[in-house]
Amino acid sequence: MTMLHTVNKSPFERNTLESCLRLAKKGSAVLLFEDGVIGAMQNTKFSEKVSQAMSDLSFYVLGPDIKARGLSEKKVIDGIKVVDYNDFVDLTAEHNAVQSWL
Amino acid sequence: METAEGVVKKFCYMNRKAPYGTIYALESLEVVLIAAAFDQDISLVFADDGVYQLTKDQDTDGIGMKNFSKTYSALGDYDINKIYVEKESLEERGLSVDDLQALTYEDEDDDWAEKNSLFVVGREELTALIDEQDVVLSF
Amino acid sequence: MSLEVSGKSYETDEEGYLAELSQWKPELAEAMASADGAELGEFHWEVINFLREYYEEYQIAPAVRVLTKAIGKKLGKDKGNSKYLYELFPYGPAKQACKYAGLPKPTGCV
Repeated sequence: MTMLHTVNKSPFERNTLESCLRLAKKGSAVLLFEDGVIGAMQNTKFSEKVSQAMSDLSFYVLGPDIKARGLSEKKVIDGIKVVDYNDFVDLTAEHNAVQSWL
Repeated sequence: METAEGVVKKFCYMNRKAPYGTIYALESLEVVLIAAAFDQDISLVFADDGVYQLTKDQDTDGIGMKNFSKTYSALGDYDINKIYVEKESLEERGLSVDDLQALTYEDEDDDWAEKNSLFVVGREELTALIDEQDVVLSF
Repeated sequence: MSLEVSGKSYETDEEGYLAELSQWKPELAEAMASADGAELGEFHWEVINFLREYYEEYQIAPAVRVLTKAIGKKLGKDKGNSKYLYELFPYGPAKQACKYAGLPKPTGCV
């Protein structure tokens, strides 16, 4: 049984992504959405940290929030899966609990 | 500076948040458009996550919100032609000026020639720019 | 509030601005004008169509100063002045013409 962690704030704005990465148990899933999608992009100050966490956690990012911010799905860090709202619902159902980092 | 209408002050709007996740970006834009009617000396600064407000090709169809990024191209019509983006903020986010929309204005005093109104400035230059303002409004 | 046109009802705000931009059609503009005791001619339509195009491009209804300047550029100097626009739209070119065009009230217009 694993937990789904969701992060909706930019890592530049709040430290929720960092807290999540520090405290999420190995094998958990992390979904980045709203301003949280910034944490999924390549070549930012935080990209390296997210890449390193990928050995323990599986990452998802909400596509519509990437497009809204003029960012490209092609520039998402390798290994992060781009999902839509239906997948978001499925992820919620597949995990036994959801932890929203606010 | 003083004109017949009164004192012209230097107003700077400091934009530091990504669009859509919070209401700050849109609120700032609306205030700027309203304030433009008062003929003050207006500058816009985009720093930190605020640089995401100016990215090109924003597509909000998937999130059901109004794509207000199109409105930035109207700023020239409102005589707002000093728009500064902090270079270091772009770099920390893996972005460059090519990821941003082009912003221009038509110079009434130069036969309506189209001129650039978006300037990427370094931290030191930005510090000096903020220091010379009469009023800084933060969003 | 609502506006009744050809047996259909359209939602508006308390000042008569159309709630849903996408519902707009020329008949609605004509109905709003006749409620104000006005009739729309070719020159009114030039301004109304201009406003709809401006909104499509920039997602805002322009302030009157911006409208005047832009109309002058697009339709000629003789039309780019507030006297001309106020003659067409005596309740205020930005306010009244935006209403007929189905746009929200211009930002900053009170």
